[in-house]
Amino acid sequence: MRTITYEEIVERVSKMCQEANFDLGQDVVEAFQSALKNESSETGKDILEQLILNADIAKSERVPMCQDTGVSVFIVEVGQDCHIAGGSIYNAINEGVKKGYEEGYLRHSIVDHPITREKSKGYNTPSIIHIELVPGDQIVIHMSAKGGGSENMSSLKMLKPSDGLEGIKKYILDTVAIAGPNACPPLVVGVGIGGNFERCAYLAKKSLFRPIGHRSERPELAQLENELMEEINKLGIGPQGMGGNTTALDVKVEIEPCHIAALPVAVNLNCHASRHKEVRL
Amino acid sequence: MCANKVSSPIDEQVLISLKAGDRVLISGTIYTARDAAHKRMSEALQKGEDLPFNIKGQTIYYVGPTPAKPGQIIGSAGPTTSGRMDKYTPSLLDRGLKGMIGKGYRSQEVIDSMKKNKAVYFAAIGGSGALIARSIKSMEVIAYEDLGPEAIYKLTVENFPAVVIIDSEGTDWYQVGKEQFKQQADQ
Repeated sequence: MRTITYEEIVERVSKMCQEANFDLGQDVVEAFQSALKNESSETGKDILEQLILNADIAKSERVPMCQDTGVSVFIVEVGQDCHIAGGSIYNAINEGVKKGYEEGYLRHSIVDHPITREKSKGYNTPSIIHIELVPGDQIVIHMSAKGGGSENMSSLKMLKPSDGLEGIKKYILDTVAIAGPNACPPLVVGVGIGGNFERCAYLAKKSLFRPIGHRSERPELAQLENELMEEINKLGIGPQGMGGNTTALDVKVEIEPCHIAALPVAVNLNCHASRHKEVRL
Repeated sequence: MCANKVSSPIDEQVLISLKAGDRVLISGTIYTARDAAHKRMSEALQKGEDLPFNIKGQTIYYVGPTPAKPGQIIGSAGPTTSGRMDKYTPSLLDRGLKGMIGKGYRSQEVIDSMKKNKAVYFAAIGGSGALIARSIKSMEVIAYEDLGPEAIYKLTVENFPAVVIIDSEGTDWYQVGKEQFKQQADQ
């Protein structure tokens, strides 16, 4: 059995939190560049150019690209033949986040109590941590710095099976249209269909961890992703909601089996600052 | 980029001449405030107390910056979603607030109050906090210091880039811009 230490997890998580906020993935930068070629709005082009420049500044000066450095969301694949020595993996991840956010001058954006709004004492913790047990002896940590603006415009609905594919598409398009400028377009749109109430939300979130441009391996879903992308970009919302034909940089769809009576659909929106990092231990 | 230069506090004649969709570069003094500071200002007004700064003719920027690194004036400082401030905004407009900088939709109540009080709403580019920070030349906390990034800061800005979203006549660029490109897509 392989052993991975608590300290190693803390260090790697601390670094990935900073990298996620300073260094926008190449997939996102390339999506900006390709959108710039197709955008017909002058203001839209100007915004895309400023976003490319902003990413350059963040990377070279090692400052966060956005002041909303987010809630850290983790999906951790833990190999069942791996032993974590020195403490709980949850504590290790939270300690890594606290260290990374403090050392990187990232913003502390968590309240402990959602009603009283009392601020959390652990710097930008607790994180949201999903653990998936997998075969093997490795740990793969996927991290996202998820902003509040786009999360606030996300939505979940229990559709009727009779609503079918048309109902699903309409719900997704309506969610993007209602979000408009608030979610900081151009967006990455994550969709979860099936499972149950909480699983579809998780699927939508998980889909956002796939790189931009990556299509579903299931041909019917890859086709749906392409169709949705085209329809969303016809809404006219454009970069920052100021009009244009770049409303989405990408659309991701994940599905799971569900109850005969159900058709759960969740739409998790991600702003253009789609900050995702992965480390393998 | 072709943009109008605007000084803040904004001259009344200039303010009226700004039209939805105009790109501007703002220089001068602006004040930061977001959710928690708005709540406190609203509570102060309800108790009949004064606001922590004279709001007449001023511009508020909805922002909660990241901590400044050693040697920096301010950390990343892009706009937050303005709609969360809608509940508190008409009472500030009634007391002379003239400009707001943020991102995202405003409520009909805010738009009506803007028309009545002749005010303008600008959007800065959400998610470009590293770039925007370059236009901020000084930062001084003036109230609610305990709120950290949510405190009220007085900022001096130079060529701060923004777009007029809602002008003093109530025209909303989010609606105009979207319709224009939706029609293009339908053709």
